[in-house]
Amino acid sequence: MSLRRFTLAALTSALMVGSLPASAATELLNVSYDPTRELYVEYNQAFNRYWQSKGHEAVKVQQSHGGSGKQARSVIDGLRADVVTLALASDIDALYQNGKLIPENWQSRLPNASTPYTSTIVFLVRKGNPKGIKDWDDLVKPGVEVITPNPKTSGGARWNFLGAWAYAQKKFANDEAKTRAFVTQLYKQVPVLDTGARGSTITFVNNKIGDVLLAWENEAFLALKEEGGDNLQIVVPSLSILAEPPVTVVDKNVDRKGTRELAEAYLNYLYSEEGQRIAAKNFYRPRNAKVAAEFAKQFPTLELVTIDGAFGGWKSAQPKFFGDGGIFDQIYRAK
Amino acid sequence: MSRRTSPVIPGFGLTLGYTLLYLSLLVLIPLGAMFLKTTALSWSEFIAVITDTRVLAALQLSFGTALAAALINGVVGTLLAWVLVRYTFPGRKIMEAMIDLPFALPTAVAGIALTALYAPSGLIGQWATDLGFKIAYTPLGISLALTFVTLPFVVRTLQPVLADIPREVEEAAACLGANPWQSFRYVLLPALLPAWLTGFALAFARGVGEYGSVIFIAGNMPMKTEILPLLIMVKLDQYDYTGATAIGVLMLVVSFILLLLINLLQRRIATP
Repeated sequence: MSLRRFTLAALTSALMVGSLPASAATELLNVSYDPTRELYVEYNQAFNRYWQSKGHEAVKVQQSHGGSGKQARSVIDGLRADVVTLALASDIDALYQNGKLIPENWQSRLPNASTPYTSTIVFLVRKGNPKGIKDWDDLVKPGVEVITPNPKTSGGARWNFLGAWAYAQKKFANDEAKTRAFVTQLYKQVPVLDTGARGSTITFVNNKIGDVLLAWENEAFLALKEEGGDNLQIVVPSLSILAEPPVTVVDKNVDRKGTRELAEAYLNYLYSEEGQRIAAKNFYRPRNAKVAAEFAKQFPTLELVTIDGAFGGWKSAQPKFFGDGGIFDQIYRAK
Repeated sequence: MSRRTSPVIPGFGLTLGYTLLYLSLLVLIPLGAMFLKTTALSWSEFIAVITDTRVLAALQLSFGTALAAALINGVVGTLLAWVLVRYTFPGRKIMEAMIDLPFALPTAVAGIALTALYAPSGLIGQWATDLGFKIAYTPLGISLALTFVTLPFVVRTLQPVLADIPREVEEAAACLGANPWQSFRYVLLPALLPAWLTGFALAFARGVGEYGSVIFIAGNMPMKTEILPLLIMVKLDQYDYTGATAIGVLMLVVSFILLLLINLLQRRIATP
């Protein structure tokens, strides 16, 4: 209890989220993860135009970004987020499990399992692809160094891990021992385990460590646009995982602040054509079929498995793979 | 009665009260809450958490690298303090200001900058690679980051003490026939040692708890380059608050014992 209060104090000051005034109906706090910064800057403006056209006052949307797990924790510890838009469902599940901030069935409240946009995991390699990396198989070849963050501390890295697992599962026809050996070998070729996706990008792009970076598709596209992007190229594997970063209203907070109507409208508008288009422009795969068709050229087609289809959902995958003593821990413990 | 008359400066009650309140709010209550939180674990669960091989490996790494950094700064910091106090040369003021920079710089910035320099592709790292060893992503890199972050401690604690030792003392030693080494060993060192130990202890304690700068240069490989504060973060990311506090308590207890020992040593030196 006290610990939470103290971490809360530290976190809120770190996030520089100003104290919210008593009548906060025109302010909204969106707590999100790292790579969505640009997406929500653009979306907030669009939403404001829409919201005002409906005859409401202008909304001041504050954004907070950080590692997905850490963001979930600060909301649990008392950061008064109206909505959370995080990297994976298990981080939002935690809001239910720790403190009952949202109902257990939160994910069924919005369409597409509350995931308005998706992404996937692709490879980023050096220009010209000197190691000839085409698929997950090539990552375990001798002499190939793979950069990926630690799945225990990074939401994105969990998608990376499961992408590799899903590929191996298919390749070895569900032979778990062989799948595990494949993924173990892959992690043996990881020289640096950063704590977050941004850290891994710095390691790969700026410090030039490793031959391939496992990255969110939207992050990979962004990296190409940024400094040093000319020296990189994207490789799309034959199969990957459909990364689903979901969103939800934080019930306890919006009811206390009286912002439910606004918060719900904010999330619903993500599903509108304009919202979907902004997501696509920021390299997230849209759900809306019409918008998806518009941006079809931007997103390569590949076989995408889902967390629910291949792993029985986060509720079983999280403890099995990433819990204490789970498969990821065993990879590093077996010496 | 004697109590009422003893303090020469008035305001004893007020200042002590303020001190207690201040210490309670800032140190005692947070630390107390931490201990309280661990009581959610049974004794055997607590032992299981802190004797985990990965925790022990991280414990060794954290305290080992912090010790190495404190020792390096103990030697080099003394030298720096000496140069800054005893000599005047152009650029001394600038050098003086540079000493404090590691405190002012956000540790993450320091970590990223050091990694960029010392990674195998970096300016200095390349050179190390040619010689056949790695700096970044090894314990060596961690010590390096800690040495950077804790640089000011020894320098700043020694400077005023060095400045207080009059030149005449050394001159007198020389007149009495001491060679430079003897006057350093028998005249200066005893006077410096208590302050040196303080600086050393501060640097060491700071190094054990450092997170921001280390995390970028460490590589964070489980069992190899994973520091204890990172394990705490890992536990927190699993919403395992009690496990995280258990490691926190472990660090606190080990640090406290070490600092206590250093304090006792200091007292022994101070009162021959």
